[in-house]
Amino acid sequence: MTALPAVELLAVEFQENWLDVLQSSFMRNALIGGSLVAVAAGLLGYFVITRQNAFAAHALAHIGFPGATGAILVGAPVTLGLAVFCVGGGLLIGLLGRRVADREIATGTILALATALGVLFASLASANAGTTTSVLFGNLLAISQDQLVVFALFTAAVVVTLALIARPLVFASVDPAVAEARGVPVRALGLAFVVLLALTITMAVQVVGTLLLFALVVTPAATALRVTARPTRVAGVAVVLALASVWGGLVLAAMVDLPPSFFIVSLAVLAWVVVLAATGRRRAAVPRAVDTHHPH
Amino acid sequence: MTGPAGGRPPALVLDDVSVERGGRTVWSDGTLTVAAGAVVGVIGPNGAGKTTLFQVALGLLPVASGRIEVLGAAPRRGNRRIGYVPQNYTSALGDAVRCRDLVTLGLTGGRLGLRPTTAAERARVDAALERVGATEYADRRMSEISGGQQQRVAIAQAIVDDADLLLLDEPLANLDLRNQQEIVRLLGELHRERDVTIMVVAHDLNPLLPVLTEAIYLLDGHPHHDPITDVVQEELLTHLYGTPVGVVRTAQGDLFTRAAWRDPRPRADP
Repeated sequence: MTALPAVELLAVEFQENWLDVLQSSFMRNALIGGSLVAVAAGLLGYFVITRQNAFAAHALAHIGFPGATGAILVGAPVTLGLAVFCVGGGLLIGLLGRRVADREIATGTILALATALGVLFASLASANAGTTTSVLFGNLLAISQDQLVVFALFTAAVVVTLALIARPLVFASVDPAVAEARGVPVRALGLAFVVLLALTITMAVQVVGTLLLFALVVTPAATALRVTARPTRVAGVAVVLALASVWGGLVLAAMVDLPPSFFIVSLAVLAWVVVLAATGRRRAAVPRAVDTHHPH
Repeated sequence: MTGPAGGRPPALVLDDVSVERGGRTVWSDGTLTVAAGAVVGVIGPNGAGKTTLFQVALGLLPVASGRIEVLGAAPRRGNRRIGYVPQNYTSALGDAVRCRDLVTLGLTGGRLGLRPTTAAERARVDAALERVGATEYADRRMSEISGGQQQRVAIAQAIVDDADLLLLDEPLANLDLRNQQEIVRLLGELHRERDVTIMVVAHDLNPLLPVLTEAIYLLDGHPHHDPITDVVQEELLTHLYGTPVGVVRTAQGDLFTRAAWRDPRPRADP
């Protein structure tokens, strides 16, 4: 075994000028961009969980990877490459079997192929390590004005569409068999949802990256679901948690000059762990209800 | 409330209907009429097409041939006059929905836009929950209540929009004896109060016998329809299930079926 080269640990230092850093233009873009993503991700999280789409959400982020590196290869905007691959991949997954087991195997296979393609494209494009790293781990501090415009459009699309289809989508998500019998277009709603999810993931990948996206799209809603089961409240709490994670993460990143992705994800996970610990005990204390007589 | 049974069209009419799924004929030669106000048991062995009959009535599956009418019209998906409780329904509902929300979806779940639930709609939801005896746990999650309670909530969702026809697929599965009897009693009460037609898919006739007026039994690839006393006969049931079934009539006139199989080995003396 050859010895690894010695690594010099960078000193983590408190940045005295963090307030100035927060007021810089790249920080302003990061705050706006991160907030837009947090709103979209928080709103969709409830559906990702009730539709058992968590794995699909994770996979979609990876499917975006070759889109991003492929875009670099052909000189197209990274957001465009991400969006095309995420929406395409989402529709593909949406059209797969309804049985969760079937869907997961196919989704996992598509995920592996997409990651392989991403590596190939990155190699062909001779993209530098920095580009690949920013796709995998996000680079919120490099969000441009143009990206912000796209983010605003995507988030507006998510909010407006959800406002229209929220109720039937809840019905189709928690109770698909009865919803279908009641004439709700379950399949069309599923495809609409997966497109919204793909748009959100396209944004979220640029904020926290492919590998950490779960913490922004699924974790806040999972935390909220521990507190309440009412769909509107879950969405509200999840949005607040996601926003708090993004804002808190950016402030901490400015204070110690470390990647914001780390802090954003850590805060989201911290909230989840705290709520899990607090509600886990309370739920365990409530026994499963016993049937009682209801004579009429 | 609808008028007297005599003035209403039948709940279900099949005229020489056959049904296919994936190119395979599930059943054929279906000719029967279920009058409005009947309580019908739908029985038959696994795979005989009991659930398929419901799917045809709900407009989820077109018939391969023949004519079908549901509540006096051709079947159509989204018919609000039908309340439906699917098979294995409650176990599929998770942590993410309260009983009350689920019942509300039965009333407003298809609506587009953000208009909140109105006071009148909330009152109807409360009434349905009250009717099935679920008021006490209406604000709990479906995953937090027992199987019998979940079944009550499912029935509340089916009746909240004042359906004229209830289709219940195996509502007694996975329930203990007492809960089975309570659900059956609830169905009997709903039938009397609301004059609804009820069709119940079941494996076991016994718990349902107190309320059934007739039965559709799927036998040898065809649906048959008879008054309940004609169906509960040893020969027919034995043929239907492919295993010996006995029928007992008690002194009070109650009907029971029982497995007629006896251990042929001599009983060991203690």
